[in-house]
Amino acid sequence: MPEVPIDIAHVAKLARLPLSAEEAERFSSQFGRLFEFIRELQALDVEHVHPTAQVIPLHNVLRTDEVRPCLDHEAAIQNAPATEGPYFKMPRILE
Amino acid sequence: MTMNTGHEIREAIARGEVSAVEATETALAAIAATERRLQAYLQVTPERALARAKEIDAAIARGQDLGLLAGVPVAVKDLFCTQGVRTTAGSKILENFVPPYSATVVRRLEAQGAIIVGKTNMDEFAMGSSCENSAFKATRNPWSTEDVPGGSSGGSAATVGARCVPIALGTDTGGSIREPASFCGVVGVKPTYGRVSRYGIVAFASSLDQAGPMTVDVRDSADALEAIAGFDPMDSTSANVDVPHYAAQLRNDLKGIRVGIVSEFEESIAPDAAMHALYKRAYEDLRALGAELVDVSLPHSKYGLATYYLIAPAEASSNLARYDGARYGLRVDGPDVFSMFDETRAAGFGPEVKRRIILGTYALSSGYYDAYYVRAQKVRTLMKKDFDEAFARCDVIACPAVSCPPFQLGAKSQDPVAMYLMDFFTIPMSLAGVPAMSVPAGYVDDLPVGLQLVAPAFEEGRMFGVAHAYEQATRHAWARTPIVYAGDGHAA
Repeated sequence: MPEVPIDIAHVAKLARLPLSAEEAERFSSQFGRLFEFIRELQALDVEHVHPTAQVIPLHNVLRTDEVRPCLDHEAAIQNAPATEGPYFKMPRILE
Repeated sequence: MTMNTGHEIREAIARGEVSAVEATETALAAIAATERRLQAYLQVTPERALARAKEIDAAIARGQDLGLLAGVPVAVKDLFCTQGVRTTAGSKILENFVPPYSATVVRRLEAQGAIIVGKTNMDEFAMGSSCENSAFKATRNPWSTEDVPGGSSGGSAATVGARCVPIALGTDTGGSIREPASFCGVVGVKPTYGRVSRYGIVAFASSLDQAGPMTVDVRDSADALEAIAGFDPMDSTSANVDVPHYAAQLRNDLKGIRVGIVSEFEESIAPDAAMHALYKRAYEDLRALGAELVDVSLPHSKYGLATYYLIAPAEASSNLARYDGARYGLRVDGPDVFSMFDETRAAGFGPEVKRRIILGTYALSSGYYDAYYVRAQKVRTLMKKDFDEAFARCDVIACPAVSCPPFQLGAKSQDPVAMYLMDFFTIPMSLAGVPAMSVPAGYVDDLPVGLQLVAPAFEEGRMFGVAHAYEQATRHAWARTPIVYAGDGHAA
């Protein structure tokens, strides 16, 4: 069984994605083979290589800060699971 | 029932031989005849399509200029926001989402006179290579209904492969246009990163996602890309680079063209005798058209899978953080806000999406970020350099699009890594951002297989030129009829 370095319970908490015990176990064994590939990256010498975040030479794309037409308020909240007046309605956050 | 190509429909409309309404009715009838077996659509929108077609006919009668796609029926993957038409991304978490705006590419298609007939099935959030990860249904391959159509743009590939519409839009993050195009015997184009606006496309991996056409022939891909490409102020990663009239760059021979053959890929495909023979013949066909074949190397391509499965899930875990039940999409109520977040995400996402969120969150988490995510980005630099060096020696690259013909439903669905390996030949181009396409190259076990062509960044026209010469010389897409018509009384 290949080594899987992921503490799945901890990562699931970071991702706000609770997993059942069955899911956690299945994912863990499925990640095993993927990490065989990922470990090959560790063998490459990349010390003097710059990371690439995006591939086309665009830098500091700016636009003028001006008011433009946009979605009206009603359209912007039409898909909300719950609303109250003009607001998104959420469960209580502070006690 | 044979659907003509988009350019044939447009020309027939221009000559007054057919109306946009008639072209739309033909497409809707073909969809109705095949959909029970194909399951390509999450939603067909006949009323909207026919109303739009009437507007186009009225505009033509008034003497308005015909758009590039005037009266051409088009299907779009359900990842594209369509104003007033439900857009699910193949996910339960967006099952009832009705976008208040349309994606830039949808607006550009409609501005050129295209008629959108429906939203096609896909792997949830475009994560998958078989269309089996859709939360709603599995689409079938029009050439063998026991087999998958490929993914994630499987519905778009299937409906074009079945000749229901001449043009569909897909998206490609690591191969999601090219692999299903190969499986369904159609042309599928992943443009240069930045060539096409991503505004209004449900995000998967933002540094990789690109929209592109899937069509019966190369000319339609050239016209459809011309329609959707170009700078968009709503997407700051779209490139401000002029869009040429691609149809003018289509060629009928390849004299003076140097075609690079990737030695690492030839080693990978060699053990499969039938696939190896098919691609060897394709390269010889290119040579017979006048191309010079040169060996090139992509030495870091073997690291593509590992690099991609760190970068794409990392970006996905960030993009999918927005699905929390607060502003749109599914909400599962809980006693407090945090249990609402947790329960909504646990109930709304399918297994593959959860797997990638966990993997991506891990790659970005404290203590592992440099070892995994940053290292993968550095390897991405090396892969981009591989392409720069290869294109110093050749004009385009020709290589396999896939390692096998379409496989049966269920054959790989329990083995994620086997599914991930389906993108072995398509991932390197995605990571390097260069344009690539699949064009029909023949049949293995009576199922379609595509040849992948790759060009330097923003040189889609050169790629179309080579693809067109090859397509016109070989005519593979027209050599056989999709099996989905057998028994439905619509033999083409």
